[in-house]
Amino acid sequence: MFACLACVCSLTAVAQTPPAAPTTDERLAALEAYINNGDPGKSLTGVAGPGHNAWMMTSTALVLFMTLPGLALFYGGLVRRKNVLSVLAQCLGITGVVAVLWWAFGYSLVFGKSFNSPYFGGSEYFFLKGVTSAPNTDYAYWVSHNVFAMYQMMFAIITPALIVGAIAERMKFTSIIAFVTVWMFVVYFPLAHMVWGSTGLMNGVWNGDAKITAIDFAGGTVVHMSSGWSALILCLILGPRIGFGREKMAPHSMVLCMVGTGMLWVGWYGFNAGSAVGADGIAANAFTTTTLATAVAALTWGAIERIFRGHASILGFCSGAVAGLVVITPACGFVDSTGAVIIGVLAAVVPYLACTKLKAKFGYDDALDTFGVHAVGGTIGALTTGFLATASVNANLTGAPAVKNGLAKLVTSGGLWLAQLKAIAITLVLAIVATVIIAYLVKAVIGLRPTEEVERQGLDINEHGEEGYVT
Amino acid sequence: MKLIIAVIKPFKLEEVKEALAAIGVEGMTVTEVKGFGRQKGHTEIYRGSEYTVDFLPKVKIEVVVANEVAGKTVEVIVKAAKTGKIGDGKVFVVPIEEAVRIRTDERGDAAV
Repeated sequence: MFACLACVCSLTAVAQTPPAAPTTDERLAALEAYINNGDPGKSLTGVAGPGHNAWMMTSTALVLFMTLPGLALFYGGLVRRKNVLSVLAQCLGITGVVAVLWWAFGYSLVFGKSFNSPYFGGSEYFFLKGVTSAPNTDYAYWVSHNVFAMYQMMFAIITPALIVGAIAERMKFTSIIAFVTVWMFVVYFPLAHMVWGSTGLMNGVWNGDAKITAIDFAGGTVVHMSSGWSALILCLILGPRIGFGREKMAPHSMVLCMVGTGMLWVGWYGFNAGSAVGADGIAANAFTTTTLATAVAALTWGAIERIFRGHASILGFCSGAVAGLVVITPACGFVDSTGAVIIGVLAAVVPYLACTKLKAKFGYDDALDTFGVHAVGGTIGALTTGFLATASVNANLTGAPAVKNGLAKLVTSGGLWLAQLKAIAITLVLAIVATVIIAYLVKAVIGLRPTEEVERQGLDINEHGEEGYVT
Repeated sequence: MKLIIAVIKPFKLEEVKEALAAIGVEGMTVTEVKGFGRQKGHTEIYRGSEYTVDFLPKVKIEVVVANEVAGKTVEVIVKAAKTGKIGDGKVFVVPIEEAVRIRTDERGDAAV
């Protein structure tokens, strides 16, 4: 290996003069940059930093763990026993499809920049061409480009998987896969670019030319609002489950649901703290705020139930925990611990009302409350981030791009909530309009629902040829 | 011979079994069943959804005994299964025409 490298060096040496060896000062500066998660300068260009890379590979695995099996079990426990496998199959199927889409086009459309567009990335990374172990310094100085691509892939996977909750127990497997495939191109890829792409429309922190100076640390708009609002629209177009409101549709296993919730909470550290794209102080802050908001929200939801209904239920604690995780997501890297506790209380109260009062009033069959938790939670998370974000925990809020585009001024003197509101509006409109079009398109071509007999008998045996529990 | 059918609260099964053993009843058949009487069901709430559960879990005991001990058996079951609260269950007594012990071909009282 070394001999080989030496060959290459000597060959290039013939063709051109060798670059000057970095000075001791430059080498020291590069090491300091590694510690500070900053620009390494010349001496360590193209080298991944072991600590940052290790954390990001760990985070990548943690975010996958959120979907498989975290979300799959959380949702799987909440459906009736005849449909438990259908939920697991939907999560697995979506994981496979999105992984392929991400490799072929998705990563490039989100994180490329060759289109130089605020709405779409570029074509330079199609089929992950050129995505190597060397860092892509547009997004991280010390994290391998391929690790970053895989990390972001896990977000692309869990987002459409969240939609499954609203439409559970009554949509054909092939229709879900078809819907998700189109939805990724129309909603997720452009939205993720707008929020996180280096040339993105709403990337207030990193794009000095961002027209809307909004902030979203780990995906309140991209992940939770987009999936949650799309889920509501899809469940309305789909219609309620047969027997909804008349027959008992209680969860078949609160034990699986609780196990899944615990996995989601653990995995979410990769989601939130990992979104610092480095093992730095911002990640540490996100880790802390995530913990606090989640614990407070779980406790608050349980307490509301105990006070107003007499029982603190397992589903109440689990719903509170997930709602806390959702609402802190856009805020986790921008707020302090007090902000996190405030968010935790809001995360329980508002989604609780959405899941109980709002749903009862309008009667839509959001089977597992994807809308009530993710859309409502994501929206209030995006908005409260506008009020609670502080540069004292994240200096990037007043960094050079933020000064250029005006974000820094909004953070220090107020008014960020208005930018957040604009980001919310764009996300909402995109998710709703696109879902209406895609859903009717899929309905016209292959249909959305299985036959009544299949739905009655259960999706597991009919769509997947298996039973969750053989008796 | 009499068939005694008792539908009781599940957690009372051990006490009833021991009480029957104490008076010499040597066998019984037990089934987990669901049903309701005056107790009706209960309500379960999952987030915003409320479900009435009509059928509650109960245990059904079936014992066949000789006519002479039927009264005592019923008395023992009622005493052991009683909590005094609604939902304690019921005992039914039915005449039995014939009984056969399969292993030995014994018939009548000798078979139970």
